[in-house]
Order: sequence, then structure tokens, then C-alpha cells
Amino acid sequence: MARTIIPFGPQHPVLPEPIHLDLAIEDEKVVDVLPSVGFIHRGLERLVERKDFQEFVYVAERICGICSFIHGQTYCQGIEELMQVEVPARAQYLRTIWGELSRLHSHLLWLGLLADSFGFESLFMHSWRVRERILDQIEATTGGRVIFGSCKIGGVRRDISPEALAVMRKELDVIERDMREIVDVFLGDSSVKRRLQGVGVLSRDDAYILGCVGPTARASGVAQDMRSLGYAAFRDIKVEPIVRTEGDSYARCVVRCAELFQSVDIIRQAIDRIPPGAIETKVTGFPDGEILVRTEQPRGEVAYYLRANGSRNLQRFRVRTPTFANLPALVRMLPGANLADVPVLVLTIDPCISCTER
Amino acid sequence: MSYLGITALNLKWALKGPATRGYPLAPRRVIADSRGALAFAKANCIYCSVCRKKCPTGAIGVNRNQKKWAIDRLRCISCGYCVEVCPKDCLSLTTYMSPPTVTKDREVF
Amino acid sequence: MSPDPGSFTAVETAALVAEVRLLRDAGWRLVQIGAAALPTAMEVIYSFDLGGKITNRRVSLPVEGPHRLPSITSVYAAAALYENELHDLFRIQVEGNILDFKGKFYRTTVPFPFASRPSAPALAAKAGTNP
Ligand code: SF4
Ligand code: SF4
Repeated sequence: MARTIIPFGPQHPVLPEPIHLDLAIEDEKVVDVLPSVGFIHRGLERLVERKDFQEFVYVAERICGICSFIHGQTYCQGIEELMQVEVPARAQYLRTIWGELSRLHSHLLWLGLLADSFGFESLFMHSWRVRERILDQIEATTGGRVIFGSCKIGGVRRDISPEALAVMRKELDVIERDMREIVDVFLGDSSVKRRLQGVGVLSRDDAYILGCVGPTARASGVAQDMRSLGYAAFRDIKVEPIVRTEGDSYARCVVRCAELFQSVDIIRQAIDRIPPGAIETKVTGFPDGEILVRTEQPRGEVAYYLRANGSRNLQRFRVRTPTFANLPALVRMLPGANLADVPVLVLTIDPCISCTER
Repeated sequence: MSYLGITALNLKWALKGPATRGYPLAPRRVIADSRGALAFAKANCIYCSVCRKKCPTGAIGVNRNQKKWAIDRLRCISCGYCVEVCPKDCLSLTTYMSPPTVTKDREVF
Repeated sequence: MSPDPGSFTAVETAALVAEVRLLRDAGWRLVQIGAAALPTAMEVIYSFDLGGKITNRRVSLPVEGPHRLPSITSVYAAAALYENELHDLFRIQVEGNILDFKGKFYRTTVPFPFASRPSAPALAAKAGTNP
């Protein structure tokens, strides 16, 4: 059988992400794949040398446009740990609420893109319609739709008033009802099942040894969720990782759908249990030492390595985004797949190439 | 099998009418705490340059001798850091975005 | 606050692969590999996770290059991407990488942008000029 090489990306209608794949095709089957990224390396990590450690929160938030808040939060957590700053409980809860809101909107965005990748346009529209309500809540409480700008070292910049929290709790009921409608379609519709079930199976061992993170790992039976480390309000709010064992694209979809409702539940608990009090601790001095912090992004575990030497600027800031860890799994999944399934497979790891390259 | 879920959902929303607004004919809905363009109240400013030093994008310029304060709107990311640090509270964030421009002018007050 | 800041243990370059193999056999998952160009050394940090605990191995290379490291892709295949990153950003030559992009992983305009420490003026540079 003759081999054909089909280039996929970095500009591709189905995937607005700058990843390039060289797909070796025999007939309609992918037999080999060579990924390449690196089209948009921004060198964000080295900006620590110009921006002082307090300003850098803004840069950290801009690593990714979807999981922006959790990036800022992870950075702040790392610096707070280095400087041994105790963050007030209310700020921890607010961070958790915002973090989960961003997980909600990220997963809905992903569901929409997934539907789009197999040509289900109306489902894509419905997902994004629901997502809009979440963005409204985010804008009403932080002032930004995408970049929250509300996390700072030592706490948060804005408080959410009890009234606004009550509004959010009501709104969550509506959002949950709307999400139920579209999730029922995702999980029940025959055409969706036919495109996803049994496609791109990743075994548990592969997922673990290839270092997969987040929903990609959980759909293959690896019960790994950084929220169970107990950062922020997850000290009090316990999170059970949602695990499936099939390891196919459908399982990855099921995991994310279930996480939507899990996040709603976490936000509800946080709203009910949020303590009153201060929202920030004043921070004086400069950080010193080194640390590796991890939190759970919508796409999985993000790891920050921070190295400080007691001056205004950090010496080294290193981010390992979840997509970077999931790329090897993608390369493992693709051989054997149909060419038509490639966009679906690329999407099921929820790639965010721009933040992978930083 | 089940193809009916999406049909029902589509029908429901087709009857409900659009979920979007006909902008620009219908006005944009303003969310009260939204972070928009930076507003400057010249009367209170003491030209201390704190905002210029703290601004993470370097959007602000201050000249104490000439009593001038300037902002590069295209650089400003509406983060509100300057609002927080200004000792005279002369900066604030509005809820509207600065209008589109074709030139990279700085606004000097 | 993350409850486990992680420990950092130094290893010799020559002992790296054996050490990493021990960790893998004990079930640790590779979290990240990252370098830091410090004034005193070029450090490479390997991080591993097991059930929420984190441990790090540090390899220190001399400040002056050329830097060489053995590849750990024979142990963790997923290290290939990180090792390409070490080469493309820090000019660390990783020997034996099973998926070597030969400098084409990150297509940066400045070659090896992270390999050097910044000069003093670069540090002081901050925009925000006067009107
Ligand atoms: S910080 Fe306030 S008072 Fe000082 S220069 Fe800026 S706007 Fe004027
Ligand atoms: S809002 Fe932020 S970016 Fe804009 S001028 Fe103020 S500090 Fe600078």
C-alpha cells in the first residue's frame, strides 16, 4: 500500500490552534504521525526578568485565554508559599469559585468545539449559548469576561457581595438546567456516539507512563485530580476525581460532561460555606527560594517552577501546561485512526497549543 | 435510537427566538462592574507618577513639570492596578471600551 | 496553599538515567523537565509525582557551555518533548533523544533565547515614557 503524507495544520479549518501534524496515511488509515509545534513561542517565561513579581500576575494570567484565572492563581499560590503568606479564607473561597467558573466555561467551549469537529453545528451553538451565561457571571463579579484580573499575591482584588453570590446561586440553577439539556444530547445522541465510541483508545498504562493529565488521564482510568491536593478552598470541599475506564473519545467527553456538574456543585458548596472576612493579606518584602506548584486546570495539571533570589524579579519562571503533557498521548492515539477522525482525536485532548508554547 | 434530543432542543430554541441581540441596533447590555476604559480626573492629580511606575504595560506617562498626564489606550489592558495605587483617587475604570482608532495616538490630559 | 512544596535533590549527570529509572520503577510519573540559566550554573530540574507527592531531581551543569545531558527518553518516552525544549531554548545538547526535532521544535527568531542571563540594561528597561 502506498503511503501518502498529509500535512494537517497549523492553519486548519477545524482547529484554530497552531499545531502541525505530518500524517502518514495508508488508504484512509493513519499509520504514523509527527507533530510539530513552536509557531508562536512568545517567550513569556523570560518576562519575569522585566516585570516585578507582583506585576507578573498579569502576565501569568495571559498565558492562556481560557484558563486564565487558574494560571494567575497558581502563580500567586507559588509566591505566597515562598513568602509564607497566609491567604484569608474568604479569598481562598473566592478563588475557588472563579476557578470553577472558568472550568465550566472552558469545558462548555470544548464541548462546542468537539461538536463542531464532527460537524454538529447546532450543538456547537447550544454549548456556546450556555457558556455565555457563565461569562456574564464572570464579568459581573470580576469585571472581565476572559481575563479576570482579580487574583493578586496575598489574596484577591475584588470581593463578591452576598447579594451577588445569591444571584450567582440562582443563575447556577438555570445554567445547570441548560447544561443538562445539551449534555443529554452529547451523551445520548446516536450520531455523537458513532463518532466517539471506540475512537482513539488510550490504555491506562499508556496514559500513566506518557504522563497524561486531567480529563485525558481520567478517561483512561487514572484517578488523578490536583484539586484533591487541597489547595485554596479544596481543603474543605472534597473533590472526587471523575474516572472512566474505557479510554476512548466518548469517555473523555463523558468525563468533561460530568465535571460540569461537579463544578456547579463545588461552586454551590463554596457559596454556602464562604466565610466573611478580609480578602487579602498585605505582602511586604521579596520572595526567596524555589518551589514547584501544581493546580488543576480545566485541561489538567499545570506545574509552575518558580525560582527567586530575594529581589524584585524572579530568576526563573517555568510553566508546564497540561497540553504539553497530553501531546505524547495524542501521538500514541493517532496511528490506526481514520483520517476523518483526526480532528476529533486532536480535540479530545483539549489542546491549547498557544499556552503550551508560552 | 435517539436523534430526537437535538430536534427537540432546536425546536424549543427556534420558537424562543434568538439568544443574541441585534447589536448595533439593539444596545449593548452594560454589566455594572465591568472593567472598561480608564478615566482620568485631572483636577485631583498631583503628578506623583505612582500610576506610571506601577502600570504593568507602561501605558501611562506623567510629566510633573508641565503637569501633563498621558495614556496610550492601545496599551492599557484595563487591569485597574493604577486605580488601586493612585493616592488621590483620580483614576477609575468605566464600563465602556475605548472607541476603535486607526492611529496609535496617546491621549494627553 | 499547596500542601507539598516538593523536595529538590541534586544528582550527578552520569547518574541521572539510573536514578530516573529507579523512580519510574517505583511508579513515579514524570511531571516536567525544565532548565534555569542561573548566574552560577545551568540547572535542569526533573519533577516526578506519585499519588500527589512531588519530588525533584536537579542536575547542575557549568555556566559555560557546551552543555550536554543524557536523554531519559529510554525510560520515559514522554520526555522527548521536554528534551527538545531544553535544546531549542537553552542550547543543551541532549544525547540519545528518540524524537529529536533537531532544533525545529520551537521556531524562535532568536536562536536559543533562554540560554544566557540578561544584561543589566534589559532588566532596567521598562516602558512608560513621559508625554
Ligand atoms: S497616581 Fe494618581 S495622582 Fe499620581 S500621577 Fe497618577 S493619576 Fe496623578
Ligand atoms: S488600567 Fe492597568 S494597564 Fe491600564 S493604565 Fe492602569 S495600570 Fe496601566
